[in-house]
Amino acid sequence: MTEVGAGVDQRHEGEGGELLEVRGLTKTFGALKACDAIDLSIGKGEIHALLGENGAGKSTLVKMLFGALEPAAGEIRWKRRVVAIQSPGEARRLGIGMVFQHFSLFEALTAAENIMLALDDTTPILQVAERARELSKAYGLPLDPFAHVGDLSVGERQRIEIIRCLLQKPDLIILDEPTSVLTPQEADRLFETLETLRDEGKSILYISHRLEEVKRLCDRATVLRHGRVVSHCDPRRETAASLARMMVGDEVDTVKRVGSVDASGQSLLEVKGLSRPAANPFAVSLREISLSVRAGEVVGIAGVAGNGQGELFEALSGEALQDKAGAIRVRGTDAGRLGISGRRLLGAAFVPEERLGHGAAPQMRLSENLFLSRHVTDAGAFVGALGTVRSGALANAAARIVEAMDVRKGGEDPEASALSGGNLQKFIIGRELDRQPAVMIVNQPTWGVDAGAAARIRQALIDLARSGSAVLVISQDLDELFEICDSVAVMHDGRLSAPVPIAEATFEKIGLLMGGATPERAEPPEKAETA
Amino acid sequence: MLESVLVTIATAATPLLIAAIGELVVERSGVLNLGVEGMMVMGAVTGFGIAITTGSPWLGVFAAILVGAAFALLFGFLTLTLVTNQVATGLALTLLGLGVSGMIGEAFIGLPGVKMAPWVIPGLSDLPVVGRFLFAQAPLFYVSILLVIGVGYFLFRTRAGLTLRSVGDNHDSAHALGIRVIGVRYAAVLFGGACAGLAGAYLSLVYTPQWIENMTAGRGWIALALVVFASWRPWRVLAGAYLFGAVSIGQLHAQVIGVSVPSQLLSALPYLATIAVLVLISRNRRLTMVNTPACLGRPFVPAR
Repeated sequence: MTEVGAGVDQRHEGEGGELLEVRGLTKTFGALKACDAIDLSIGKGEIHALLGENGAGKSTLVKMLFGALEPAAGEIRWKRRVVAIQSPGEARRLGIGMVFQHFSLFEALTAAENIMLALDDTTPILQVAERARELSKAYGLPLDPFAHVGDLSVGERQRIEIIRCLLQKPDLIILDEPTSVLTPQEADRLFETLETLRDEGKSILYISHRLEEVKRLCDRATVLRHGRVVSHCDPRRETAASLARMMVGDEVDTVKRVGSVDASGQSLLEVKGLSRPAANPFAVSLREISLSVRAGEVVGIAGVAGNGQGELFEALSGEALQDKAGAIRVRGTDAGRLGISGRRLLGAAFVPEERLGHGAAPQMRLSENLFLSRHVTDAGAFVGALGTVRSGALANAAARIVEAMDVRKGGEDPEASALSGGNLQKFIIGRELDRQPAVMIVNQPTWGVDAGAAARIRQALIDLARSGSAVLVISQDLDELFEICDSVAVMHDGRLSAPVPIAEATFEKIGLLMGGATPERAEPPEKAETA
Repeated sequence: MLESVLVTIATAATPLLIAAIGELVVERSGVLNLGVEGMMVMGAVTGFGIAITTGSPWLGVFAAILVGAAFALLFGFLTLTLVTNQVATGLALTLLGLGVSGMIGEAFIGLPGVKMAPWVIPGLSDLPVVGRFLFAQAPLFYVSILLVIGVGYFLFRTRAGLTLRSVGDNHDSAHALGIRVIGVRYAAVLFGGACAGLAGAYLSLVYTPQWIENMTAGRGWIALALVVFASWRPWRVLAGAYLFGAVSIGQLHAQVIGVSVPSQLLSALPYLATIAVLVLISRNRRLTMVNTPACLGRPFVPAR
């Protein structure tokens, strides 16, 4: 290791003068090696990508770098000195800042209070607010210091995180999947900010599984798979396909969209003028939502998180009832006043966003979870004469679903929480598909699911539609919607746009709608974005 | 007449106020301490015992504070360090406190107590109507008002208070920021226990200067309800404590006037009011959501 003075050569390549050097870093959880002898080095003024599938060990690795987890083995060298980072506070003192994927903000506090908590000095709150405002102007990240975080959009929350991180004057900034919650336009603005920071000599560790943005932004990349480093490479010299191969290992099946939609198909899900006031201060009210999903069709609903998608799902699934029975019709029957089971009996099926605690009871076995969602619709099969549970039939059905969706699990009938996110999601989707529902409504079908499982789920949804069902997919992942949908509508601030046929949809067009533009006047949505 | 009613209301409200303001700090840090009643009754018996053996009510007060804090330390060790269930632990400590205080207090039953002399502020105490109410009270009355002012200032105007609120709002985020979640919660729990002990001392040294077994008579529970009633705001705790104090005094006065309502029903009034208030409060979701510590009662176990 040659000692080269850092600072002069800001964008240096290769060896020497590294800001951060990690060797043989290992972390085990029980039998699982989440990180296995990871090597990583980051130079000054470099944007370094950390690539990998969900569960590849990225988050575990950065948590060790940030002092939130303790490594089982290996060493971390920071500015050429071996350090043991015991706590996030210590990481911050060393000059390592982090912007979390699931934000570490306090919703009941204001932006300025949130920022103040992360600063070690005892600056008065008004000065903190002023400094935050200056910094936010300098980096083009508009921010109101006195707004309560609970009232802000995800993009705005991320800005607070970034400003908070910058106020600590870190040398290394770790960003964990920063664009997963942003509109394409918001992401562009973030990239500009990051490039400015790099030009100022800051180093950035950029965690992502979006290959295009890594190729665009990053100087070097480290690819993880199953907790091991697969490759150190220059993402600019790689193709998206070659990076994907490194991440996933073998080629992932691409989703095939077969056949076209029969335009005369009968409308199986009909929503007319659906409005719903916000149930609590942090919820979004739904305004005059209308949509229709025909047999054979997959309709997508795009939108930045927190624009009413969750509220719409609750209204559609029957967790929240409507005042007018006709606001929601399933297969021609008014369903607005029916509860979840009533709507299921009409042939609808629902998969909520949250897998554990909403889609499945974490501490119950798979077969029990199957029973929970289908004891009404399949009472004949699963419930005995005296109201007893027919466990044999349940076990058979569970096995059939596991087989059909390729759910990988340990044990015969494990608890839902014992499955990985992707496998549990496959089971939950499979549980509904197994009924051959006429109407399928899914919220975030592949959130936090690895590529293999995601492809399988998407294909299953397309196949269901092509077999004559109506499928509605709510998702924040535009790639996913473009891959499987026949048309895409966009939610913004509780309103739903008219659907855009997939042939006419572009990322830019949908992105503008996500920012609040109307289709007629698709101007850059400066104002709506900060609203 | 009005003056003496005000004074008696203050006497009834002060112990509720002291215990509730302590519990408010505890709950703002995200911990639910259902052991308030037990800590209060331990404070009452200790305060009484030390005061009659030493002859000094002040030594009794300090002993009560220490015992309340010691009980809270036990609660903290169980729920924060050993991560036991907060609800079950709090209930157990209440039962333990009631039992232990009864055992210690057996020797004190029927003994004459030491009453804490009021601090009469010359001049001001002669004001009409409010004079005796505001300026001729037991020292702990002034302490209770100072506690409300102090806690209000601490929580919403100081950095330490902001830290405490952040821990109650989201302990994972607080941990990620390097805040010592468990340390903050220990401090809050100790403060809450000290306040409960002090409130108990008020009962046995000011309210009725004698020892009666189980003399807290559910005031710890009312204090807990009061924190929710006040939606975790110090000034609303003050208002709520006086409202509940007025309800319990109104009950006595009704008996004097001769309103023929069964006395059992009258004694139940504060609890009925508590339930009514809880129902009303929980219907207003905005009120509770903005102020409720989101991590209330949730155990914190940092992943290492």
